Amino acid sequence: MSDRLAARSASRLAGGPGSRLGDGAAAVALLVAFALPVGRLDGAAVGWLERPLLLASGLVALAAALVLGLRRPHGGPAALLAALAVILGALGPLTAVGGTLETGSVSPGLWVYLAGLGWLAWRALELLSEQRPASRLLARAQGLVVPLLFGLWLLYLWQLLTIGFAVPKVLLPAPSDIWSVAAASTGTLWADFRQTFLKAVLAGFALGSASGFAVALLIDRVPFLQRGLLPLGSLAGAIPIVGIAPIMVMWFGFDWPSKAAVIVVMTFFPMLINTMAGLAASDRIVGDLMRSYGASYRQTLVKLRLPAALPFVFNALKINSTLALIGAIVAEFFGTPIVGMGFRISTEVGRLNVEMVWATIAVAAVSGSLFYGALALVERMLTFWHPSYRKGGT
Amino acid sequence: MTEGAVAEGLRADQPSRRDATGQAAETIITMRELSLSFRTAEQPVHALSEVSLDIARGDFVSLIGPSGCGKTTLLRVIADLERASAGRITVNGLSPEANRLARGYGYVFQAPALYPWRNVERNLQLPLEIIGLPKEERAARARRYLEMVGLSGFEKKYPWQLSGGMQQRVSIARALSFEPKLLLMDEPFGALDEITRDKLNVELLELWARTGKTVVFVTHSIPEAVFLSTRIVVMSPRPGRVTRIIDCARLPRERNLDLRETPEFLEIAHEVREGLRAGHSYD
Amino acid sequence: MTDVLAQARPAGLAGLGRLGGGRALPLATVLLAILALWYAGAVYLNAPQVIERFERAHQDWSSLDLVAAAWSMERPVLPAPDQVAMELKKTVFDTRITSKRSLVYHAWVTLSATLVGFVLGSLLGILLAVGVVHLRTLDRSLLPWIIASQTVPILAIAPMIVVVLGNLGLTGLLPKAIISMYLCFFPVAIGMVKGLRSPETLQLDLMRTYSAGAAQVFWKLRWPASLPFLFASLKVAVAISLVGAIVGELPTGAVAGLGARLLTGSYYGQTVQIWAALVMASLLGMALVFAVGLAERLTLRATGGAVAGADR
Repeated sequence: MSDRLAARSASRLAGGPGSRLGDGAAAVALLVAFALPVGRLDGAAVGWLERPLLLASGLVALAAALVLGLRRPHGGPAALLAALAVILGALGPLTAVGGTLETGSVSPGLWVYLAGLGWLAWRALELLSEQRPASRLLARAQGLVVPLLFGLWLLYLWQLLTIGFAVPKVLLPAPSDIWSVAAASTGTLWADFRQTFLKAVLAGFALGSASGFAVALLIDRVPFLQRGLLPLGSLAGAIPIVGIAPIMVMWFGFDWPSKAAVIVVMTFFPMLINTMAGLAASDRIVGDLMRSYGASYRQTLVKLRLPAALPFVFNALKINSTLALIGAIVAEFFGTPIVGMGFRISTEVGRLNVEMVWATIAVAAVSGSLFYGALALVERMLTFWHPSYRKGGT
Repeated sequence: MTEGAVAEGLRADQPSRRDATGQAAETIITMRELSLSFRTAEQPVHALSEVSLDIARGDFVSLIGPSGCGKTTLLRVIADLERASAGRITVNGLSPEANRLARGYGYVFQAPALYPWRNVERNLQLPLEIIGLPKEERAARARRYLEMVGLSGFEKKYPWQLSGGMQQRVSIARALSFEPKLLLMDEPFGALDEITRDKLNVELLELWARTGKTVVFVTHSIPEAVFLSTRIVVMSPRPGRVTRIIDCARLPRERNLDLRETPEFLEIAHEVREGLRAGHSYD
Repeated sequence: MTDVLAQARPAGLAGLGRLGGGRALPLATVLLAILALWYAGAVYLNAPQVIERFERAHQDWSSLDLVAAAWSMERPVLPAPDQVAMELKKTVFDTRITSKRSLVYHAWVTLSATLVGFVLGSLLGILLAVGVVHLRTLDRSLLPWIIASQTVPILAIAPMIVVVLGNLGLTGLLPKAIISMYLCFFPVAIGMVKGLRSPETLQLDLMRTYSAGAAQVFWKLRWPASLPFLFASLKVAVAISLVGAIVGELPTGAVAGLGARLLTGSYYGQTVQIWAALVMASLLGMALVFAVGLAERLTLRATGGAVAGADR
């Protein structure tokens, strides 16, 4: 009794009052879809029965909609089955659109079907999100799977809509087009990556962050300079520093050193003010403790203040990783040898070769998040003691 | 009673004090007419006003009073964490600064002040590293003092994995680890629940009896002060000054929690309360 | 004991880092030092060209001549600060602001796109944050992507937006505003989610004891609690919104705006023009952040909230 009550209140919390209505509407949409043509081939309308694969996948989705709507299940297995049904239900249209159907010829049947499937996908995500896994590992898996499925769904819609409506490639190419262009030009992409990331970004990032850190340490004992630099450092966040790119190109030439120079200036200030804040962050009692031991300035710095500043330093490193990539790419808009991600974006966009632009952006996105992720990993290892990472403490 | 009279009374009181063996005790902290005022935006705050006090070797002295009476400030002056604006003070026969640089005292703060990135053992070794002891000696001391506070087996834990009471015990062990003669404690159990506090009070007395340290202990709990101390210094605010000194020689040196129900205990507690009232602490 | 006195500890014993205190003098000193370095750098960087010119003209020169020439070159490697100031004066005050030679005109072109994008992006970010806080599915599925987007150089798609929209016949303010919008959107959404979640369990429980509805909890607790976070992220957002608008002006081949001034300056080696545009952009950025800060102070004063913790 009480279990059922709990389940009912959980369903109300998760689904809301509109949820049952939505399930019904989705089931009706799926049923209606079967009556409509899915597309055209050689001018003739094509129905569901002529595409068995599509039909099979549609029936899976319909079954899932009926079960979700009538039985209203909860719990992990139901959530996983719902997700599986959505994936199976999505496969049919994927093979049909752009494959066994003419591009741009997709008819109402498929769109109505997709609307119903969309609701099912939302419900599956809802069911997955409402689970409260017992183990840490499962909770982690949940934290990955839910956004991953959501991302896949968006990618899927992107693919189907661009192909199905025959969206001009200049406007938005389909993911599959981007993929094939990327796969065909790995050499160019690698050369761009090496030029922009391995040379300019890494050099500029290292030099800018290191000098920000060093200056913060140097002026640590000069409060006068600190008071003068702190407001300037904070102002630097308001300034579009990347605008110095044309000047750096003039000073350091077209190749990567000019991009690295832009990055050095961009990354210097975040590191400076974060390190300064970090060095000031250790609390007063611990400072008094070091004083009670008669510790020297160096001892206090090495044993107390630098470790305490570490979370701030990593914060700056993470900010800088993104700034560095932006700086390199934008600086390349102002002039570069004929290689580099920013160069590729600006020239290919000019030639309306949009797939290549998207491929380059994908490379930039992946390398940016991997760079950031690597820094976050090192941070986790070195600042395991920080409240944001602690596990099992009191 | 004027402050001058208090000071006179103190000095007259000194020669009669004896330590456990009946010998005239050696004075380890001497304060004469110490004053300290802070400049604030509106007006100077007199944190300490002409405080005179002697503390003998082996004593357990509690400083008690309401917020703003200067008890923590007085402790910080002894520790050379603040400087007096007037008056004289010697600690272990040295100036507070020289005594600090000679690592002449261990200080226990209200918060454990442990480094979250060091495990218990390495926290304990921190002062030893600063002093520059060799590695084996540091490890041996860490073991010895962790055992003394009953935390053997917790060497590899991180502070945030311990309860508040255990953290404070680590911080006491850390203060003992470099073997100072003097222990300065600033409301060390103030943030703990009463049951844990009682337990740590008993342990602290045992530790004191075993090591023979001189302890200066700041608290705002009357039972705690009476239970722990050989002498209680009552202070009052605006300006921070000493209003009364109460000798607890009436109580046995060996104490357990049952002591709190004895008439002597209640009598001393009453005297402390009287002293606080005389200093207008309840106004 | 601790509260009053802890704040009034004697100078010299103050212990670790208190960076407050008088700022005007140190700031002025640092600025003067930067100015001096700038002049020195101008001499150092321009000297080779100046010497070359002198020698080509078979002209005798003293070091004074060198310095004077280095500070007044037509196309210097690094213009002296006063040259930049003169250029600013010429293009800001001595030119009609409707003229294409007026820096005010170009600044306005950039500023208008910045503001439109900033307002739209912030509204969108706030709306999304409200959705994320109230719908667990959105929280689990969408929020991770928004957070991950912070690690990605999303500014890189700016040229594509400009070109694609240009292909559709949309030019001028709109493409730039869209770039600014999506740049603003992410930090505002993240900051706002943080802010709307900032009320403690205790405060939420209190609302629950009053049987407050979701809307009441939102307007009486979550919204006011989120304001400091909102303004903190708005400051970040307005600054990158400006960057977005400037970068958005690059790919169309320099029609108008501060980005266009930078680009034409770099095409024709007009360094003084580049520096003037940079100074203008910096002033604009600072003014925008200052304006948000002002709005923050006014709002928080009106709502009685504290700025604590949210200040950068």
